[in-house]
Amino acid sequence: MFDHLGVSTTPGVAAPDLQQLRERMRRLERPTPGVELAQAPSVRALPALRGGTSVEVGDLGLAMALLAGPTAAGEWCAVVGTPDFGAEAAAGLGVDLARVVLVPEPGEHWLEVVAALVDVVPLVLLRPPSAVPDGTAARVAARLRRRDAVLLLHDEPGRWPRCEVRLRATRSSWSGLGPGHGRLRSRDLEVQVREGARPPRTVLLRLAGAAADLGPRVEPTPASPRVDPVWRAG
Amino acid sequence: MSTATAAPGGRRGSDHRVLVVWCPDWPVTAASVEAGVPERAPAAVVHANLVQACNGPARAEGVRRGMRRRDAQARCPDLAVLPASPDRDERAFEDVLGTIEEVGPGVAPLRPGLVALRAPGRYYGGEEQAAAILAERLVGRGVWDNRAGIADELFTAEHAARRSGVQESTVIPRGGSVEFLRALPVEVLDDPDTVGLLKRLGLRSLGDLARLRRHEVRDRFGAHAAWVHQVVGGDGAVHLTARTPPPELARHVDFEPPLESAETIVFSLRRTVEAFVAGVAAHGLVCTELLVEARCEGQHPDDVPASSRAWLHPRFFTAADVVDRVRWQLQGDFRSGEVGAPVDRVRLVPLGVVPDATHADALWGGTDEQVAHGLARVQGMVGHDGVVVPVLQGGRSPADRQAWVPWGERPRDLRPPGLPWPGSLPAPAPTRVLRPPQPAQVLGAGRRTLDVDERGVLSGEPTHVRPGPGEAWQPVAAWAGPWPVEELWWEEAPRRVARFQVVGVDGRAWLLVLDDGTWWTEAAYD
Repeated sequence: MFDHLGVSTTPGVAAPDLQQLRERMRRLERPTPGVELAQAPSVRALPALRGGTSVEVGDLGLAMALLAGPTAAGEWCAVVGTPDFGAEAAAGLGVDLARVVLVPEPGEHWLEVVAALVDVVPLVLLRPPSAVPDGTAARVAARLRRRDAVLLLHDEPGRWPRCEVRLRATRSSWSGLGPGHGRLRSRDLEVQVREGARPPRTVLLRLAGAAADLGPRVEPTPASPRVDPVWRAG
Repeated sequence: MSTATAAPGGRRGSDHRVLVVWCPDWPVTAASVEAGVPERAPAAVVHANLVQACNGPARAEGVRRGMRRRDAQARCPDLAVLPASPDRDERAFEDVLGTIEEVGPGVAPLRPGLVALRAPGRYYGGEEQAAAILAERLVGRGVWDNRAGIADELFTAEHAARRSGVQESTVIPRGGSVEFLRALPVEVLDDPDTVGLLKRLGLRSLGDLARLRRHEVRDRFGAHAAWVHQVVGGDGAVHLTARTPPPELARHVDFEPPLESAETIVFSLRRTVEAFVAGVAAHGLVCTELLVEARCEGQHPDDVPASSRAWLHPRFFTAADVVDRVRWQLQGDFRSGEVGAPVDRVRLVPLGVVPDATHADALWGGTDEQVAHGLARVQGMVGHDGVVVPVLQGGRSPADRQAWVPWGERPRDLRPPGLPWPGSLPAPAPTRVLRPPQPAQVLGAGRRTLDVDERGVLSGEPTHVRPGPGEAWQPVAAWAGPWPVEELWWEEAPRRVARFQVVGVDGRAWLLVLDDGTWWTEAAYD
């Protein structure tokens, strides 16, 4: 640490070092630093998961895709309250199952379980069994900030009171299946991203089944409704 | 190395005679004991559908090594087919080694079923008497089929044992090795290629082989034949490396009067647990796999304990961990009624130990270690089985294709995922696997419930779907199926189901299954 400071005062310092130091200064000035977790290529269009935040995810497949990056980078993650977690689908979306721990039925003490997990695991995916009061959510948020962990909430939109980022699947369309023939192959997902007070934006993603055939990512577009006659029917 | 090749009487052999005990078909013996198959019933150990070993009664019915399982069962319909497990064979043989060690020290196990030791000479009144005493002790442990051979060196003793009758011994007198070996057929080389070659050359016994020159044998028939040639020549002494008996690490504690609550047992157990962990640590070891046994009042010491469970630890057991495991096990078994009487003895047996350096803490404490500690805490809240690790396995339905293994335990009895599973679904797999499946409803044109006829044809096109009791009806946007799966067709009541993938107009997709006219939602893809 001191070595670096020493280097910065010497003249003729290399440009990358200067960049790094500026970045560090910027981080010091920011109120919540938060380490960004790794991201899988399929969800790179979404905002990165930053330590100390809660993220609401409306779709389990999307949540699994978000777990893929960190577990592949060697981080542990815990999944709480999802007895129907499809392990094969998670593996297909790129999650390293050797780094995943499940607490399928945490029971009435689910909040304590989450708190204990946040202490040791940087990423927790939770499906809350019930709504929580604002104060409880604030306490969880404080714990997340102290531990620099991320809480992913697979929940109904807007039920968890404090979320820095809310991801909602506004439209999903499957390809590969027709009337009476074919099979499900990949899914195009339109995700509405709400980050703090910023206006919502829409991101298009393609989630494929096996990690090997991850399709090319569809570039993010501004929130404009795409005309798709099939989906008009509903 | 001495070159006293043809010295009959082998000067070297005069120091130590070798006793070999052979338990034929050991894998079958070990597996039969574990599976509770009766002593004289035909049994075979099968691996990858091939018979690996079979016992005498099975052999009498025509079962042979290397035979396919179905051929073996065709020849002997009441054949007990047992799975192969080298671990089990070794574990079971450990008992035999212990018994033999009581008779004579310096036991060298060669492989499960075969063991050599320095022949105890005069102490038991002679070699034959010593072998008889060994046989008696082994029969006392339930090992009926044991045969002994005593000779100047290992190779001869092993083959002498193979030529003994059940519970009998063959003693090759001092210096008689060469004579004994020369009469043996070349088949004892146990190498089909070499044996075939020797027989085609007209060499039928080891005596014929011994007449060749040493370098000729080595050049033409390989190292093993050369070594046998050397033994037949009278120069086959092999130094036996005796094993060190494992230290006694198991501990037990007796309760007088017997206790009937898990909490009081755990409380009385604390000091024993600390002594147990310290005892393991005194040998520079830590315990990674632990067997906890609890015996009920009135149970005979030789009975199977009322409660017995092996526990694994992701790192190693500390005293607190052991106490936790005992509490979890006893609480569960008291509740389920498996332990129906007060407990009068708890025994702790270390099944797996490793040197403590393997698990020494890193200087700053490893991340995984913190995770293990944290998860142990969560296990304290939700129970041992409440924290699980997802594992993939083979199977046809999505629910069969995954298994949840409690944190800290090794997965057991998984179906191999690599094999083809006809009827399993292609990727992508469903993200939500509903256990148990939800009742669903599917309607076709005219609001009729759809069904599949005997030929696997759906009675109409699905138009509306309701994937669960709490969900709304919605029109079907796309669907495919039926994909018929016949499960357990070899059983009395086969299950014949048809699977469908259905996409609703809201973009959600489900895996539906039609089982005997009833629709279920097995999994969902959202």
